[in-house]
Amino acid sequence: MTDLPTTRDEAWRYADIDAVRRLGADALDRWQDLSIAPGETNRQCMIVGGDEPELHRIRIKAGEGARAELFVVIVGSDYARVEVKTELATGAHFEFGGVTIGGGDAVREFVTRTTHDEPEATSNQVVRAVHWGEATGNFLGAINVGRGGQRTDAAQDFKALVLEKGAAANAKPELEIFADDVKCAHGAAIGQMDEMARYYMASRGIAPDLAKKLLVRAFIADALAALEDEGEAERLLEAALDVLDDAGDRIA
Amino acid sequence: MLKIENLHAEIDGKEILKGLSLEVNAGEVHAIMGPNGAGKSTLAYVLGGRPGYDVTQGSVTFDGKDLMDMEPHERAAAGMFLGFQYPVEIPGVSNVQFLREALNSQRRERGEEPLSGGEFLKLAKEKAGLLKLDMEMLKRNVNVGFSGGEKKRNEMVQMGILDPAFAVLDETDSGLDIDALKVVGEGINAIMRQPEKAALLITHYQRLLDYVQPDFVHILSAGRIVKTGGADLAKKLEADGYDEVMAA
Repeated sequence: MTDLPTTRDEAWRYADIDAVRRLGADALDRWQDLSIAPGETNRQCMIVGGDEPELHRIRIKAGEGARAELFVVIVGSDYARVEVKTELATGAHFEFGGVTIGGGDAVREFVTRTTHDEPEATSNQVVRAVHWGEATGNFLGAINVGRGGQRTDAAQDFKALVLEKGAAANAKPELEIFADDVKCAHGAAIGQMDEMARYYMASRGIAPDLAKKLLVRAFIADALAALEDEGEAERLLEAALDVLDDAGDRIA
Repeated sequence: MLKIENLHAEIDGKEILKGLSLEVNAGEVHAIMGPNGAGKSTLAYVLGGRPGYDVTQGSVTFDGKDLMDMEPHERAAAGMFLGFQYPVEIPGVSNVQFLREALNSQRRERGEEPLSGGEFLKLAKEKAGLLKLDMEMLKRNVNVGFSGGEKKRNEMVQMGILDPAFAVLDETDSGLDIDALKVVGEGINAIMRQPEKAALLITHYQRLLDYVQPDFVHILSAGRIVKTGGADLAKKLEADGYDEVMAA
């Protein structure tokens, strides 16, 4: 059985360890395995999180030329963590879109490890976090390019919108590259609501709540831009925006 | 329509408007000119209710109602439009979506039925044509990647679609080339030169006033209106400069 982690473990440094204890060590041993055959495409869309802690551990093996797509929205009022370990064969692609949204004092986090041990594989990860109250959104993203991972093209993009003082976001990109013909890009930005954009909207007649919703929608839509199934994209987007609606006037 | 009396306003505790009074009636176009730092843009933002622009004294009534009691979005629904000197970019929100939300928000606030997608697009097409703005631009994100001139034309398209009773246009002419200035000037005339409407044009230069003939020209200096005249006052300013005209 896996030992319970502590915040000294790099991959758990921002986690809510009390919540992990409540889940128990058993939860750490439960992995969902996804194996995608060469040339195949597999798409998963998930809405996770509730009023109890949740841990989702996913292992993906994408065969030669396969395409793995995973889009996850973390809602809910308690700790939620989605971990994704991906191994990409030659020419495979991993597309990841993640959204964490919510208030309270919950920690919501994505932890990914993407391994490019074979040539010409690509990966693209876009994560958006929107938080208020004393909530925290985290993205810990590791990209490992082995010696065989020539012509890897990997990108990681994290942006957080902190709507209130007290909320927080943590970004921890981790790139380990042992091949010399590789493109790896990562970016992280944490900011507040663009008040000038909100005022501009108000000056055209859009009430503050609707302006906030439109701006948050635009912000998180980036994480779902690669999701071609418009119905699924809308379902995930609405799940995220429902959390904002429920918070209503409690956030400025 | 708009009555400003002894208006004092400050930003971060610094008084910018120092007893400004002005009355604009329906059917009139007023131009406000003045040197840098006179308070022209502050006046526009105070009328538009921008947070951080605090009114410390005086009153502003719009169609008999206390404008200062209204939130910015309520002012828009009441018929006030502010054309921005620096229109704001909103990534991820298309012009069409933005304007439809804006128009329907205003309509709901006034107790009117919102427009359907089809009805809105027809209206948007008509107004974009008037301002010679490509419909493709309306599908793009609000002001993102627009040139300075395109942003200003987009402001006018918004004004055409929202059809306000009163427009405050803050340096709408800046950043426009000669052809665009003509198009925008004609757009202002077409949209705002109506007996039941009025406009306040804030400008540095006479050239916009060649296309939009003002009924009154005011010189704003150090937070107050120091001189008022007809369209010829703007021409005199262009020829002689502020110092000479204000000293006369």
